[in-house]
Amino acid sequence: MDLPLILFWFYGSVLLASALAVVLVRNPVHAALFLVLSFFSAAALWILLYAEFLALTLVLVYVGAVMVLFLFVVMMLDINLERLREGFWRSLPLALLVGVLMAAEMVAALVTRGGLAGAMPPAPSGSNTRALGSVIYTDYVFPFEIAAVILLVAIVAAIALTLRQRKETKYQDPGRQLAVHAGDRLKIVKMAPETTVRRAGEGAE
Amino acid sequence: MIPLGHFLVLGALLFAISVIGIFMNRKNLIVLLMAIELMLLAVNMNFIAFSHARGDLSGQVFVFFILTVAAAESAIGLAILVALFRNLRSIHVDDLGSLKG
Repeated sequence: MDLPLILFWFYGSVLLASALAVVLVRNPVHAALFLVLSFFSAAALWILLYAEFLALTLVLVYVGAVMVLFLFVVMMLDINLERLREGFWRSLPLALLVGVLMAAEMVAALVTRGGLAGAMPPAPSGSNTRALGSVIYTDYVFPFEIAAVILLVAIVAAIALTLRQRKETKYQDPGRQLAVHAGDRLKIVKMAPETTVRRAGEGAE
Repeated sequence: MIPLGHFLVLGALLFAISVIGIFMNRKNLIVLLMAIELMLLAVNMNFIAFSHARGDLSGQVFVFFILTVAAAESAIGLAILVALFRNLRSIHVDDLGSLKG
């Protein structure tokens, strides 16, 4: 048993255990933290598969951005856990039936096609990031642009969904600011000048 | 060397675990979103394993796009969740039946 295989068993068991913990633990904050652990183990497994760029992207994008977003939302919302957990264990038999059946079907399909014995090629030479970049920016440049547009749409949609106007906040209306005239704000009053002239020292009695 | 089948079975088990999670957390929208993330992770694992086994980088490009779309999806899903909680004071799935579908 060589070292990559031992590492595979270790990372794989951590991944499966933390995935089980994500769906079974009571507290959503703990579930989010277990999801971080499972993403980390998956990133390590991807490095074993020589996909270094995607492993680092998984850690940066998922652990750094998406999971922090999840944690923010979980901590911001005041959730009634008791109500969310009712009927949790009652659906266990059906869930186990569907899950085990699904896993058994996929494994059976793999075994009959001989996929389990497929040997892996040796490690690719050169930088994974360079190879991936040279494919993305030539063959897949149009889907890459579409991915950028999808991210833009996601930004606009997320902001538009959570934006709201409060009644009590003060805000500026540029249209009204531009339409104002000096005459509306400043009133010039004409009055006659005073005629009495005081001499110096007279009022200091 | 790790055989290809190990990764494929791992992906299948991960997918089955997330299906179990969706069945058991039917009332909790946040954990439902997390289970969907786990499903996408299982699919990505298969893509990368096949990409390495066949020596074809297209699988990794696909994983790249799946990661992009999944990030957008979870951002919009959480925004919907926050808007929902602001209006209903709850994220319980049973409270969402106002459309009577």
